[in-house]
Amino acid sequence: MSEILVSFRDVTKSYDGRVPVVAALNLDVHRGEFLTLLGPSGSGKTTTLMMLAGFEDPSSGSIALEGTRIDTVPPHRRGIGVVFQNYALFPHMTVAQNLAFPLSIRRLPKAEIAARIARALEMVRLPAFGDRKPSQLSGGQQQRVALARALIFEPKLVLLDEPLGALDKQLREELQAEIRHIHARLGVTMVYVTHDQAEALTLSDRIAIFHEGRIQQIDTPEAVYERPANPFVAGFIGESNRLTVQVVDTTRLRLEDGSLLATLPHALPPGTAALVSIRPERVVIGAQGPGNAVVEEVVYLGDHCRLRLAHAGRADFIAKLPRQDAMAVPTPGTRITIGIPADAVTVFPAG
Amino acid sequence: MRRTNWLAALLIAPLLLLILGSFLVPVGLTLFRAVQDREVAQALPETSAILAAWDGQGLPPEAAFAAVARELGAALEARRIGDVAQRMNFARTGMRSTLLRTARAAERLRAPYAASLVALDARWGQAETWLLLRSAGGPVTSLYLLRAMDFTQTPDGGVVQAPTDERLYRTLFLRTFGISLLVTAICVLLAYPVAYTIARLRAPWSSIALTLVLIPFWSSVLVRTTAWFVLLQREGPVNGALLGMGLLEAPAQVIGTRIAVVLALVHVLLPFAILPMHSVMTRLDATYLRAAASLGANGMQRFLRVWLPLSLPGVLAGGAMVFLLAVGMYTAPALVGGDRDQMVAWFIANFLNRDVNWGMAAALSAYLLAMTGAIVALARILTGGMVGARG
Ligand SMILES: Nc1ncnc2c1ncn2[C@@H]1O[C@H](COP(=O)(O)OP(=O)(O)OP(=O)(O)O)[C@@H](O)[C@H]1O
Ligand SMILES: [Mg+2]
Repeated sequence: MSEILVSFRDVTKSYDGRVPVVAALNLDVHRGEFLTLLGPSGSGKTTTLMMLAGFEDPSSGSIALEGTRIDTVPPHRRGIGVVFQNYALFPHMTVAQNLAFPLSIRRLPKAEIAARIARALEMVRLPAFGDRKPSQLSGGQQQRVALARALIFEPKLVLLDEPLGALDKQLREELQAEIRHIHARLGVTMVYVTHDQAEALTLSDRIAIFHEGRIQQIDTPEAVYERPANPFVAGFIGESNRLTVQVVDTTRLRLEDGSLLATLPHALPPGTAALVSIRPERVVIGAQGPGNAVVEEVVYLGDHCRLRLAHAGRADFIAKLPRQDAMAVPTPGTRITIGIPADAVTVFPAG
Repeated sequence: MRRTNWLAALLIAPLLLLILGSFLVPVGLTLFRAVQDREVAQALPETSAILAAWDGQGLPPEAAFAAVARELGAALEARRIGDVAQRMNFARTGMRSTLLRTARAAERLRAPYAASLVALDARWGQAETWLLLRSAGGPVTSLYLLRAMDFTQTPDGGVVQAPTDERLYRTLFLRTFGISLLVTAICVLLAYPVAYTIARLRAPWSSIALTLVLIPFWSSVLVRTTAWFVLLQREGPVNGALLGMGLLEAPAQVIGTRIAVVLALVHVLLPFAILPMHSVMTRLDATYLRAAASLGANGMQRFLRVWLPLSLPGVLAGGAMVFLLAVGMYTAPALVGGDRDQMVAWFIANFLNRDVNWGMAAALSAYLLAMTGAIVALARILTGGMVGARG
């Protein structure tokens, strides 16, 4: 699992020669993994993917596939499957002809091509659609065919650039499950671009968080969520309360209103300013009565309630209250006691 | 719903009437002239009536001779003799002089007319002359449509090849379509790389290049063709340059040849091939090419298997456009071509302007229209199949 398939070394890309769109990128893709590039719009995800596919050249640095540099190899000889956001199925060919395209280019025997097409259509659950033109398929069906086409020539690596971006939520979730299933079954390495964090968390073995052309953190979904490497990641993935604090000692911080917050041991020097991030769902809602927070607003969301609290000198402290809790939902204006477990506090140096 | 439909129809009615009145009706009336036959019936009504009742055996009765002498004389007075002479001479060469001579002599002729007419002109003694007159009685004739395909009708109604020295039009149509096909092929071959290049240019350059393509439209076909005439003539710059470089020993005679016609037509029609191709190609998504590359296709395979088929509707549209315009082209071949390079349009113009033979002009036009119509339909079916597939 940890064998390296692709490695980017100090890759920089600039379209205009001045502003780097991807800066000093070092990234290893492991064989067989599902790696997601996640980041806000314009953060360089597509550019990174296109450099790997060979449609863009790095301005500097090198990209290697299985230890061999591929920077100078043209796209059609890289043997990397690509799924595009707009499907890019050839409109003048039927589904079967689209699937046959990479195989006939590789001069596979006719019988083999027919067998593989049948298998591929089976895999994406469209066995009866071989004779249709792409225009006669729904968006979800087209994307399934595009996926099958990128996989049918058995590439080592498949790149997917927001393949589900144009689909509605329900279809996205359905196809996410299918992609995960196919990945597990074929064991093919997938690099997936999205700016949907839920999608990234669902699908990935590892997530690389991009921001302004740099990787902010690359780790398992759990790690990037639970242990964000910097304030950007903490703010980008999931929701979090961000507070500026003073460091008292290795396990205690002072909040703006003077109250103390316990943390796991950290290495910041006492007296310096720091930034903490606290996930709303880790906030423990205690009993009503005199306490350290006032309920400002309650939003009912079915499986949980979202409380906006005045706490530690701020009026926008968010807490989530799961509905299986026996406690009644507090009404706005009531005072409550909240607790913040030490392991729920992530501390970053300020600035 | 229904009310808005009515309103829409009402709003559009003036436009429909305009199109109907200014286009369909005149074209229809003109085309009708290809079969209309009224000159003889108008000028010689009584003769026509007698001949219509005649059984066609031997010579007609004396009454026909008398009527034709009298009515020809009257037609001469009324200055209508020219139309009849023209019409009959077209059916059989030589009839013009017979009719004119008879008309001028009409006053002097005396009964029995059967004898005096034959004495005046031996043709009146031939059954064929009378059969021709009878078949010209109208109201419709297949004469022009047959002749425009090099056929002629025998006096007894059979259809045979026209005499060798009058056969012309089948060759003419073949020549017209041959030149047009050649011009279309050259235009498509030249236009495709141009359209491709323009479609792949970046923002400001693509529109600049497109403007350059359109510049020829700022001047008229006449001006552009005249320019070719100037360029290609014996003392022109092209000959001068070729002589100067020593590539030619004597100035080449290009004007008046098929080459000049093809050259001028290609030049005039090239933009019409580029524009439809360009509009199809700019709408082609470049990710198709990327997808093809990611699937292993090299440059040639990407072009042949993806770009070319996807841009084919543009090629067909451009080709059909050039072909249709070339088939009807008059100015360019008339200016730079020789006698043997003229196309159907030139003959149509000639029949209208010089011979004043509306029947032949209309018959040639009708065939041209039918053939180009068939080609449009063919192009429609070909592109239609493709467009349908693209959805
Ligand atoms: N062909 C190009 N020419 C010039 N600039 C480009 C080009 N392609 C992308 N850029 C710029 O590079 C930056 C990164 O683009 P990229 O497409 O990699 O972002 P992304 O992370 O995929 O964003 P999104 O989520 O919106 O797709 C953007 O600022 C974009 O404007
Ligand atoms: Mg992108």
